[in-house]
Amino acid sequence: MIGIAWKSLCNRWPTALLAVLAIAMSVALILSVEKIRRDARNSFAQTVSGTDLIVGARSGSVQLLLYSVFRIGSPTNNISWQSVEEISERKSIDWIIPLSLGDSHAGFRVLGTTDAYFEHYRFGAKRNLVFAEGKQFDDVFDAVIGSEVAAKLDYRVGDEIVAAHGTGNVALVEHERQPFKISGILEPTGTPVDRAIHVSLQGIEAMHVDWRNGATVKGEGTTAETIRTMDLKPTAVTALLVGLKSRGTVFREQRAINTYRAEPLLAILPGVALQELWSLVSVAEMALMIVSVMVVIAGLVNLMSVLLAGLNERRREMAVLRSVGARPEHVFVLLCIESTLLTLGGIVAGLLMHYIITGLGSLYLMQRFGLSVQLSLPQSIELKILASVAVAGLLAGMIPAFQAYRKSLADGLSQKL
Amino acid sequence: MNDNTQPIVQLRDIEFAWHRNLDPVLAIEDFAIARGEHVFLKGSSGSGKTTLLNLIAAVLQPQAGSITIDGQPLAELRRSKRDQFRVDHIGLVFQQFNLLPFLSVAENVQLSCRFSSLRKSRACQAGLSLDQETDRLLSAMKLSPNEIKHRATSELSVGQQQRVAVARALIGSPPLIIADEPTSSLDSDSRQAFLDLLFSEIESSGSTLLFVSHDAALASSFDRSVDLQDINRVASPNDLSGELP
Repeated sequence: MIGIAWKSLCNRWPTALLAVLAIAMSVALILSVEKIRRDARNSFAQTVSGTDLIVGARSGSVQLLLYSVFRIGSPTNNISWQSVEEISERKSIDWIIPLSLGDSHAGFRVLGTTDAYFEHYRFGAKRNLVFAEGKQFDDVFDAVIGSEVAAKLDYRVGDEIVAAHGTGNVALVEHERQPFKISGILEPTGTPVDRAIHVSLQGIEAMHVDWRNGATVKGEGTTAETIRTMDLKPTAVTALLVGLKSRGTVFREQRAINTYRAEPLLAILPGVALQELWSLVSVAEMALMIVSVMVVIAGLVNLMSVLLAGLNERRREMAVLRSVGARPEHVFVLLCIESTLLTLGGIVAGLLMHYIITGLGSLYLMQRFGLSVQLSLPQSIELKILASVAVAGLLAGMIPAFQAYRKSLADGLSQKL
Repeated sequence: MNDNTQPIVQLRDIEFAWHRNLDPVLAIEDFAIARGEHVFLKGSSGSGKTTLLNLIAAVLQPQAGSITIDGQPLAELRRSKRDQFRVDHIGLVFQQFNLLPFLSVAENVQLSCRFSSLRKSRACQAGLSLDQETDRLLSAMKLSPNEIKHRATSELSVGQQQRVAVARALIGSPPLIIADEPTSSLDSDSRQAFLDLLFSEIESSGSTLLFVSHDAALASSFDRSVDLQDINRVASPNDLSGELP
């Protein structure tokens, strides 16, 4: 029976192929949506580990999380250096990583920070940042670049770069008087770190020495040598990553910072803020999922219509089968086998397409959004999706199969054509 | 069941209507075919020939009367059993489109053996494998097995296709062969050649032949010729409801 079904399908390969393709595309879509959803969550969750609190100017917690850690969007306000110092002096605080954003180089953000960044920043399963080449900055004009910056712009240790004011891809005003020298390149992390250019907080200040009201002052400007001798105490930073000595004090510290009198500040727990982000995003995710399910249904409806449309042309075939002893039940089973073969073909092709899509798309997602989407074997949720598609395909195939059953009962051996 | 004196086909007081509120299209008091007989059933189109064949082939059931094939009253069989009975006992040849286009010639010939172990075992009775028996039947039908066996059926001429269809009907020697206008798509020369082949092979397998046609010119080659209008008490030559072209 399987042989007959297979050969019959091969005989009608153009329509069969279209049916398989429709299912394959819907399967690829639903798998990719699920994959991106999960990997996006993972990728976000991997970016901050080991940080107890994120502190920034008072805004929304999701907004603070996005601009401080994921470098999405712009900060509304800064934290004054005085507040930073006061927070760092609190007893229960172990370390702080100040983050200063606002400049860029060739579309990559320049991040001003301190040595604490390389010491305390953790990603993934509490992994440290590791240098692929060179070392961390110790001069004002030293810069440490992420792996992707190095790969994309083909930079090596010792190259000079010029940062630009603002964060657009096409920079308008460049800090060309204060070029930076690359002192180190980091190993890939799969986080926004890969796309950042790290300089010291003093470096950020140095870039803006000749900066007045959004433009460089006229004249020769200050030389690097002069700048090195200046007192480059930062006036403000964008955000702080805070590590506590004991996690037990996290809510107390959060409340203390949130009620800080000198300046309106916001402290968030990364995990809680992520949850908040997910609950925001889940509406969109749900919409995407619903669309994908619709597409799968459309694929199955197409399968059904292909089989149903074929039935009329195949009444002769059914009559011949009946004349050589096939029972209407055989005809039913034959059609079920066909739809199953088509669905399974669609699932296998869909899986392949999904891998190709994620394989190609992961590069783009990484570069554009810093999302790391890895190829992986189907996991339980994906297997469940595939199983439901298979079952749905079988059910969808039963309708034309039943139709064929009834027709072959009614037609008998007469070849009504 | 295989009592040789018994007729292979026996119809008694048959009445058949497409719906119980409609007038019957067939009403046959008594119609029998003896074993080994070659019967020509004549009837103009629309006279209910195909309906009668469907009754004998156990596809349709009469509202009244009994049909006995090879000693088995059909009314006693459940639907699934009737399908099995048909493939075990009856070989069918149609006017055209006998073959499944996506199967090879050999697969088409062996098709009924997929559904009937009885036909399969009878096909291999002489110690031949199913393939050898297929070759033998194709050769008997003046087809060269090696040339056409694995060809697609669409590459064959209509005459060749009909001969393959006969080979399929004959495989596993069913006691009754029913041919429904098998020659109407052939020209007159190949028609006679086809009949000769059909007769000689049915002769050697000892089967009974019920041959249906509207072409009275063929009747002379048969043992007996029956006009459906003579045995059908419902005289409605213009009633087309019984069969569609």
